[in-house]
Amino acid sequence: MHELSLAKDIIDTVKQSLPAEELPKVRKIVLEIGTYSGVVSDSLNFSFEAITTDTELNEAELEIIEIPFRLKCNLCSNETEPEFPMMLCGNCGSSNTVVLSGDELKIKELKILEN
Amino acid sequence: MEIIKIERKVLAKNDAIASENRKLFTDSGVFTVNMVSSPGSGKTSLVERIIQHFGGRLNISVIEGDVQTDLDAQRVGAYNVPVVQIITNGGCHLEANLVKDSLSALDLVKTDLLIIENVGNLVCPAGYDLGEDMKMVVISVTEGDDKPLKYPKMFMNSKVLVINKVDLLPYVNCNIAGLKENALKVNPDLVILETSCTSGAGINELCDFIEKSI
Repeated sequence: MHELSLAKDIIDTVKQSLPAEELPKVRKIVLEIGTYSGVVSDSLNFSFEAITTDTELNEAELEIIEIPFRLKCNLCSNETEPEFPMMLCGNCGSSNTVVLSGDELKIKELKILEN
Repeated sequence: MEIIKIERKVLAKNDAIASENRKLFTDSGVFTVNMVSSPGSGKTSLVERIIQHFGGRLNISVIEGDVQTDLDAQRVGAYNVPVVQIITNGGCHLEANLVKDSLSALDLVKTDLLIIENVGNLVCPAGYDLGEDMKMVVISVTEGDDKPLKYPKMFMNSKVLVINKVDLLPYVNCNIAGLKENALKVNPDLVILETSCTSGAGINELCDFIEKSI
C-alpha cells in the first residue's frame, strides 16, 4: 500500500514543476517503473485517481513505461534479462553480475494541452 | 500536446532527507541498522537480545516503528536505553522524514549504535532509504523457505539475513538449506546468520557481526 504515498509524491512533483494555472491542462504523467521497483501499477493508478478526483489534476492520467530487469555478467560480459529475481547471468549462470536496470521509479515527463 | 521533461525520481524527496540523516549519523559517529521483516519474525526480541549482549559496552538507541501502540517502545525501554516510538497510524513503512523528526528525542553524540525497527512488512519498507548504514532482514523459520523468492527486493537490498527462531526447526516444515540457497540466488553477497532469541543461539555471532561492521 505504499503506492498511495508514491501517488502523493508524484502529485507534489507535478505541482512543483508547473505554475498552478497550468495544472488543469496536464493530461499524462509519464512514469518509468522498473520490473522490481516493488510498485504495483494497478494500485498506483487506483491511488492516483482516488486522490486527484475533483482536483486541478482531475484530467491527468498516469502513463507507465515498464523498464525490464537487466543484468550484466562480470564473467562472460553478456547482458541478459533473466527471470526476476534470479541474480544469475542468463547466459553462463554466474552470480557475479551487476544490475543494469529494473529498479527505476521515475517521473519522466508531463504531456500537457497546448494553448 | 506539449512535453515537459521532468526526469526526477519519485522518491527524490525521501532520498534527499535520507542523505541528510546519513550525514548526521556519520558526523555524530553513529552506526545505524534498519531492521526489516514480516510482522512477528522476532525483531523486537532480537533488539532486546542485542541490548543485553552489549550490556552498556556500546551505547545503543532504538527507534521503534509500528502502525499502532507503543508496546515495543515499552518493551525496549525496560532495558534503560533511549527509545523513540514512531506510530504510523496505518502507514505500512517508515520514511526518512519520520526518522528525521524522531531524532530530536535522541542524543546522537552519545549513541554508538542506532537500531531502527521498521514496521513489520516484507514489501514496502524495501523502497525507502532512511539513511541507515545497513538493512538487516529478519525471517523466522515458521515463515517458510520460499520467502526470498516471493519478496526479493527486501533480500536484494539487505546486507545481512538473520534466520530467527531456529529452535523451532524440529517442529516446522522449513528447509533451511533451501532458504539460504534462495536468499543467495536473489543476493549473492548476503551475509546469513542463524539465531534463536529463546535459546540464545547465534546471538553472539550476530552481535560480533554488528560490532565488526561499526
